[in-house]
Amino acid sequence: MKHISEYYQKDICGNLAGQISSGAKNLGSLTFMEVCGTHTMSIFRNGIRDLMPGNIRLLSGPGCPVCVTPNRLIDQAIALSRLPEIVIGTFGDMLRVPGSSSSLEKERARGAGIHTFYSPLDALELAKNYPQKTVVFIGIGFETTTPTVAAALMDAHQNRIHNFKVLASHKLVTPALKALLESPELKLQGFLLPGHVSTIIGRKIYEFVARDYHTPSAIAGFEPADILHAILNLVEQNRDRTARVDNCYKRSVKEDGNRIALDLMDQVFEVCDAEWRGIGEIPASGLRIREEFSDHDADGIEVFVEETREADGCICGEILRGVKIPADCPLFRKICHPGNPIGPCMVSTEGTCAAYYKYSK
Amino acid sequence: MCLGIPVKIISREDKEGIAEIGGVERKVDLRLLEGVEIGDYVIMHAGFAIQKLDEKEAQETLHLLQSYLDGSLTPGDY
Repeated sequence: MKHISEYYQKDICGNLAGQISSGAKNLGSLTFMEVCGTHTMSIFRNGIRDLMPGNIRLLSGPGCPVCVTPNRLIDQAIALSRLPEIVIGTFGDMLRVPGSSSSLEKERARGAGIHTFYSPLDALELAKNYPQKTVVFIGIGFETTTPTVAAALMDAHQNRIHNFKVLASHKLVTPALKALLESPELKLQGFLLPGHVSTIIGRKIYEFVARDYHTPSAIAGFEPADILHAILNLVEQNRDRTARVDNCYKRSVKEDGNRIALDLMDQVFEVCDAEWRGIGEIPASGLRIREEFSDHDADGIEVFVEETREADGCICGEILRGVKIPADCPLFRKICHPGNPIGPCMVSTEGTCAAYYKYSK
Repeated sequence: MCLGIPVKIISREDKEGIAEIGGVERKVDLRLLEGVEIGDYVIMHAGFAIQKLDEKEAQETLHLLQSYLDGSLTPGDY
């Protein structure tokens, strides 16, 4: 398939891996963080960790939107799903995430109206077809996904589809990067920056990573050669003792990103402080629906939400901050596994724990 | 969650197009892009085309990766 198979060529990938090994020789230990959950999955699935020399460590970051969605929001969605007039629409990833005492999947098994959608526009279609119900779409995701939810919300607003609402918990990537860079517990020699978030926000917005924190970074695509290319770039920046924001995914990422998508996002959402599960509150790192669209804001629906409780012993927070790995968790593989996920990093297909469980020994 | 796949636009009517990948067709919303034409490849995410794939840049990247292999370029030359 065009634009995919070219980046799976064995000779190209093998050669890049060889260049990484020889380039990293004598550089001491290098820890690179892939911020994006889709990168985490691609790295594991394609065996990229096994291609790394001993002194390169790849660490997963907080870039799985399902994983960082606060427990409270899941509890709120569960509470809403119990109201007879409400139908919940969600991306499939959210279904099994445990809230304080239940999950959307369990509620669905008990008879609640919960539907999964590939596109928020499909949820809007449901609202159009069932005017007697209120469709609440759970709006999660980073800048890649947010414009698609903004578009559905804008359509609902313009076409007066009043029974379509969004429970918004969208997050922004750059404030999280900043929080990681300011964290004294984490020492990184480079960031693998997310390819599709960057497709929307562009390369330039990351300049602060090099300028203010002197940390190398490279935007990467998602096929194996793309990821190896970006890792090689980070090795070279370390070798040259320089820090730049390089774009290794130029076929999709432009300097300023996608202006139309950014404008649409800005029309519908405004920046707010936001809680990241396991990390805590990060200033100006979230998006809430603007007052003008409050008709479509599901946060305005009155419902009793149970008191939030986090699972005992789960270390997803430390894993999301990059200070621990799943093997450090006493629950991992013993109590917590894909059949019985305790924390969000195990339940999401892109979660670090799920990736370790599936692909590592 | 940020999964996006390169798909080919096989037809379009205003802001609505049909995308194809590996024989599978799906409706794709084109409002986030300007100047998409039939035959173009786009990255599709959650039913929306979020960027047109730049054929020239794709060629250049592949050329760069290939040239490592030929030994005509060593890392650090770009």
